[in-house]
Amino acid sequence: MVELLEYIAKSLVDNPDQVEVEQVEEEDIIRLELRVAQEDMGKVIGKQGRIAKAIRTVIKAATAKEKKKVIVEII
Amino acid sequence: MKYVITTGRTVEDAVLSAAIQLAVPRDRLEIEILEEPVKGLFGVFGGKDAKIKASVEQSSVDKAKDFLSKVLDKMGLEPVLDIKEEDNVITVNVSGPKMGVLIGHRGETLDSVQYLTSLVVNKNSDKYKRVLLDTENYRSKREETLKRLAKRLANKVYKTGRKFTLEPMNPFERRIIHSTLQKDPNVTTYSEGSEPYRKVVITLK
Repeated sequence: MVELLEYIAKSLVDNPDQVEVEQVEEEDIIRLELRVAQEDMGKVIGKQGRIAKAIRTVIKAATAKEKKKVIVEII
Repeated sequence: MKYVITTGRTVEDAVLSAAIQLAVPRDRLEIEILEEPVKGLFGVFGGKDAKIKASVEQSSVDKAKDFLSKVLDKMGLEPVLDIKEEDNVITVNVSGPKMGVLIGHRGETLDSVQYLTSLVVNKNSDKYKRVLLDTENYRSKREETLKRLAKRLANKVYKTGRKFTLEPMNPFERRIIHSTLQKDPNVTTYSEGSEPYRKVVITLK
């Protein structure tokens, strides 16, 4: 799922080489931390978070079988 | 624009391997030489390979295909994509096992993948192309369901005289409800609330 998030983010931004995804495992959740270039923030968040919401929905669908809940954080 | 960076003993070698990696004929590639090759001692020691950047202009259909096949593959699906472009509308029909995962709750995942695909297709391009994504006729089935629901609820509102508020829907789905009941002699419809929680209300005329 790190790969999936990384691929989606890289496809949307202008600076794909600055996209980083880190997976942080916690007790009951898995957190995916997405970092992009400052000027690309809008490209992964969108108006009223519409893009971020779409990304989260896709990740949620892809990780439905995981026991832990997976959340995406844009940092 | 899609690109790869390749190396080879000569520039020509690097170009050929780029053409293979991108799966396009080499005359469609735009080449930028990053490092000229250096011949080493006896042609072996201390030599340096040529390094190039090869880019290719992709059509909207190619962009959509590329993005969708990678995303769906990484979601653990094995999709077969059927993509057409007509009048600036790109229609994608996906088939394969486990399509329920792609549709999601009330088509939520399908809509999200469709939205992301349209962003990728229209990125850096001057002409807007609409992307429509469907699988197992979900869209037309959903439309039928909503029409039936609209008629049933209109009847209920007429009988009870009390207004009925539907659950939140996206603009396309709300439009289906509105247009289904547009000519209904007994009820009228309107939307209230703000996105993404906007709902249709059916009330007596």
